[in-house]
Amino acid sequence: MEQVIMNSLNYPILSTIIFLPVLGALLLTLIPRSQESLTKWAALICAVLTFILSLPLFINFDKTTYKMQFVERHDWISAWNIKYYLGVDGISLLLVLLTTVSSILCILISWNSIKIKVKEFYISILLTCGAIAGVFSSLDLFLFYIFWEAMLIPMYLIIGVWGGPNRLYATIKFILYTLVGSVLMLVGIIFLYFHAGRTFDILELTTKTYPYNIQFWLFWAFFAAFAVKVPMFPVHTWLPDAHTEAPTAGSVILAAILIKMGAYGFLRFSIPLFPEATKALVPVMLTLSVVAIIYAGLVCLIQKDLKRLIAYSSVSHMGFITLGIFALNSQGIEGGIIQMINHGVVTGALFMCVGIIYDRTHTRKIADYGGLATPMPIYAAFFMVFTLAAVGLPGTNGFIGEFLTLLGGFTANKLAGVLACSGVIIGAGYMLWLYQKVFFMKINEKVVGLPDMDLREMVALAPLIVLVLWIGTYPVPFLDFMHPTVQHLLERVNVAGGQETQIARILMEVIR
Amino acid sequence: MNFTFPNLVPVMPELYMTALALILILVDLFVKKKEVLATLSIIGVAVVAYSLIGSSGVTFGGMFLSDGYSSFFKAIFLINVVLSVLISIKYIAVERVNYGEYYNLILLATLGMMIMASAGDLIVLYLGLELMALSTYVLAGFIRHDVKSNEAALKYFLLGAFSSAFLLYGISMIYGLTGTTDIKAIAHFVSEKGLIGNPALSLSMVLFAVAFGFKIAAAPFHMWAPDAYEGAPTSITAFMSVGPKAAGFAVLGRVFMIAFASLKIEWAMVLIPLSILSMAVGNIVALAQTNIKRMLAYSSIAHAGYALIGIIVANNEGLSSMMNYLMIYAFMNMGAFAVVIMLRTEGFKGDNITDYVGLAKTHPFLAALMLIFMFSLTGLPPTAGFIGKLYVFMAAINAGYTWLVIVAVAFSAISAYFYLRIVMYMYMREPEVEVNTSQSGTLGVALGVTAVAVLVIGVFPSFLVKLVKAAISGF
Repeated sequence: MEQVIMNSLNYPILSTIIFLPVLGALLLTLIPRSQESLTKWAALICAVLTFILSLPLFINFDKTTYKMQFVERHDWISAWNIKYYLGVDGISLLLVLLTTVSSILCILISWNSIKIKVKEFYISILLTCGAIAGVFSSLDLFLFYIFWEAMLIPMYLIIGVWGGPNRLYATIKFILYTLVGSVLMLVGIIFLYFHAGRTFDILELTTKTYPYNIQFWLFWAFFAAFAVKVPMFPVHTWLPDAHTEAPTAGSVILAAILIKMGAYGFLRFSIPLFPEATKALVPVMLTLSVVAIIYAGLVCLIQKDLKRLIAYSSVSHMGFITLGIFALNSQGIEGGIIQMINHGVVTGALFMCVGIIYDRTHTRKIADYGGLATPMPIYAAFFMVFTLAAVGLPGTNGFIGEFLTLLGGFTANKLAGVLACSGVIIGAGYMLWLYQKVFFMKINEKVVGLPDMDLREMVALAPLIVLVLWIGTYPVPFLDFMHPTVQHLLERVNVAGGQETQIARILMEVIR
Repeated sequence: MNFTFPNLVPVMPELYMTALALILILVDLFVKKKEVLATLSIIGVAVVAYSLIGSSGVTFGGMFLSDGYSSFFKAIFLINVVLSVLISIKYIAVERVNYGEYYNLILLATLGMMIMASAGDLIVLYLGLELMALSTYVLAGFIRHDVKSNEAALKYFLLGAFSSAFLLYGISMIYGLTGTTDIKAIAHFVSEKGLIGNPALSLSMVLFAVAFGFKIAAAPFHMWAPDAYEGAPTSITAFMSVGPKAAGFAVLGRVFMIAFASLKIEWAMVLIPLSILSMAVGNIVALAQTNIKRMLAYSSIAHAGYALIGIIVANNEGLSSMMNYLMIYAFMNMGAFAVVIMLRTEGFKGDNITDYVGLAKTHPFLAALMLIFMFSLTGLPPTAGFIGKLYVFMAAINAGYTWLVIVAVAFSAISAYFYLRIVMYMYMREPEVEVNTSQSGTLGVALGVTAVAVLVIGVFPSFLVKLVKAAISGF
C-alpha cells in the first residue's frame, strides 16, 4: 500500500509555496531601485498570491489519515539517492500555512519602517519565507537540510542590515549558535544515511529501527540543531539579542515561524527516528523545558526593554511547547503543535505591536511609555487582546495550548506539571505589569499626541485577532488536522494509551 | 637494437600545451598589444581541453599515464588557467607589468601540473613539479618594482626548494629500497618482498607527506603561504591557491594510493594531524587578518585540511570526494579573488578588509557576488561549497572517521566568523571612502562564470558527482 497521497491538485502546491516567493524575489531584482512603492507592492502581491495558492492545503486536506498528502516526488541527485520530495501531514500543515500568512504580515508591517535598501529587504523576506516553507514540507533529509541552512543567509541579512544599534553582535551570535548546532546535525544526518543503507527518505528512515546506542548519539546530534533553534535552555541566549536588534519583520519571522523549526524538528525527526532514546531522555527534556519556563519567566520580570521582554517570554512559551512534545502523550503533543501556532500568532502579533509603536517613538524602553491608552485607544485594545492571549486567558487561543501542554506534562510527570503551572502565574505577572506600565498610569510626555493605528496596521493585525479568538473558542477544526498524525507518531513511540489516565481523557472530551 | 616510436596519443594535451607556450614566446616578439597573447592562450587552452577527450592510455613504458583521474585534474588546471588569464588582463596593466612572459609562464606552470597529474614514475613527477614550481616562483615576483612581490617570490622559492629536497630524499630512499621509480612497480615490490613495516619505507612516505604538505600549503608546512599570497600579484595568488594545490593533491592521491597502498594505517597517522592542524591554523589565524589576500591564504590552508580528509579515507569514494572538492574550490576561490582584483584600480590597492565597508551600497551587484562566494567558502547550502564539504564528510563517515568529521564541522563553524565578516562589512556598514572598481569585460566574464558555477553546482550537483565517479572508476 502506498504510504503517501500524491498531490492531486492541478498545480504542484507545495513547490508553489516554496518557489513562488523565490521567483518573486528574482523579479524584484529587476525593478529599478528608485521604484520603491512598486517594489513593496510587487512583494505584497507575491506574498498574497502565495497565500491564496496555499489555501487548498487547508480545504482539501484529508483529516482522516496520518499519511503524507499533496506529495511531490522527483529524482534530484541520483548519485546519492537524493530526491526532491515534498509532502505535508497533520504536524506540518498548519506550520506551512502559518508561514504563508506571516510573510504577508511581515511585508505589511514593514511598509513604512524600512527606509534603506528597500529592494534587498523585500527580497530577503520572500527568500526567508520560501525557505522556511521548504523546511516544513521536505520529506527528504538532504532537501530539509538545504532549506534549513539556506534560510540562514537572508535571515542574517535581515537582522544585520536593518536591525538596531547592536545588530552586528546579535547577527554573529545568531549565525554562530545556529551554525554549530546545524553542522552537528549534518554529521548525524550523514551517519544515519549510511546506517540506514544510503537513503535520505524520511518516511523510509522512520520505519526502521536502530540500535539504542546509535539512537542515543544521533538524538544528541539532532538535538544540537533543534535545541538551538527552539531555543531551549541553556542555548537560548542568542534569541533575546536577535529579537531585540531585528527589525519588526525580522522579529515576527523569528517568533512566528523560525523558532518553530526546532520544535517541528523534534516531532518530525527526533521522536520517530529515535523513539527509545527519546523515551530514555524524557526526564532530561522535561527538566530543560521546566527550567526554561520558570527561568525565562523570572528574567522577563526584570526587563526594561519591550522587545527583550517579549523575547524572553518566547523562551518561556517555547518551554511549554517542548514540555508538551516530550510528554509523549496525545494531549501534550497536540497541545504542543497548537501552541506552536498560537505562539506564532500571539508573539508575532506582540512584536508587530511593538513595531507599530517603535515606528512612532523610536524607543523600546518601557520607562519611556505610560498612559498610552489615552492617545492610542484602538492600539491599546489590540494590544490587550494579545496580552491576554499570551497570558492564557480562557477564550483566547493561549488557554487551549497551555492547558493541553500542561495536561500532557502533568500526565507524564506530576512534578513537571506542577512546576510548569507556576510559569503560567509568572507569565500573567510580567505581561499584565507590562500592559499596566505602558498603557495605564501617568501619561508620559513622550507619548502625548501620538497618532493611533492606521488602516494598514489594523489590516495587518486583524487576521491575528480572528485567529486568537477562533482557536480560543473553537479549536476543534485545528486539532482535527493533527489527530491521526499524532496517534501514528505515538504508536511509533509505543506509549499510546498506556500513560493516559482516565482523568486526562475525560478532560479532553470536555474540551471537545 | 629495437626502437619503437612511443605512442603519443596520451601525451597529446601536454604536447599542445608545450607548443602553445612556445608559440606565445614567438608571437610576443611581434605584437605590441599583449591582450592578443591572452586571447591566444585562451584559444590554445580550448584546443588542449578538446584534446583531453580520447587521450587515455599509457605511454613511455608506463612513465606517463593518462586516465580519468589525471584528466579530471587536468580539467581543473585548465579551468584554473583560463580563469586566471581572464582576471589578469586588466590587472597586470594596472600593476604596470603587462609583459608577454606572464602568459607564457602561466601556461608552463599549468603544463607542469598536467605532467604531475599524469606521472606514473617518480622522475616524471619531479620534472613536472619543478616545471610548475619554477614558473610559479617567477610569477610570484612578477611585479619587479614591488618589494613585497620580491619577498613573496624569494620566500616561495626558498621553501619550495626545501620541499623539493625533501621529495628527492624520499624518492632516493624508495629507489634504494626497491630499485625502481615506477609507482606501480614500487607497490608490487613492496607487497612481493614484504617490505611492510620497513622503517625506511615509512620514512620515505613521511618525506613525501612533508614535500607535498608544502605544495598544498597544509599546516605545519604553510609558513610560506600567507606571505607569498599577500605579496604576489593578486591574479597569481588566485592561480597559486588553486592550481599547485590541486596538483599536489593529484600526486598525493596517486602516490599514496598506489605506491604506499600497504601503508594506509601509517599514512593516516601522518595525514590526520596534518589535516586537523591545517583546519585549526587556517581557520583560527584567519580570524585575525586585516588583509583580504592574507585572509584568503589562511582560508586556503584550511581548505587543504578539508580536502586532505578525502585522502585519509583511502578509498575511491574518498579520492572522488577530494577531486570534487578541489573542482568546487577552484570556482569559489577564483570567484572571490576576481572580486578582490575588481577593487584594484589605479592608485588604490583595495586589498584591505575595510575597503569592503559599504560595498553593497556603492556596488550592489558585486557585493551580492562576493556574498555568494563567502557563503560558499563557509560551506552553506545552496552553494557549491556545501556540496564539496558534504561529499568529503560522507566519504569520511562511511569509512568510520566520524570523529574527524566532527572536528572538521566545528572548524567549519568557526570559519563562518571571518567569511561572514566580509559580508557584514559590505552590507551592514555605511561606506566611508569612495571605492571604484576596475572596468574589465573579461573580469566580468570570470565573475559570471564562477558565480553561476557555484550556484548551479550547489543546486544540481548530480552531473559533477557522476563525472567524478566516472573519472575515478578506472583508478
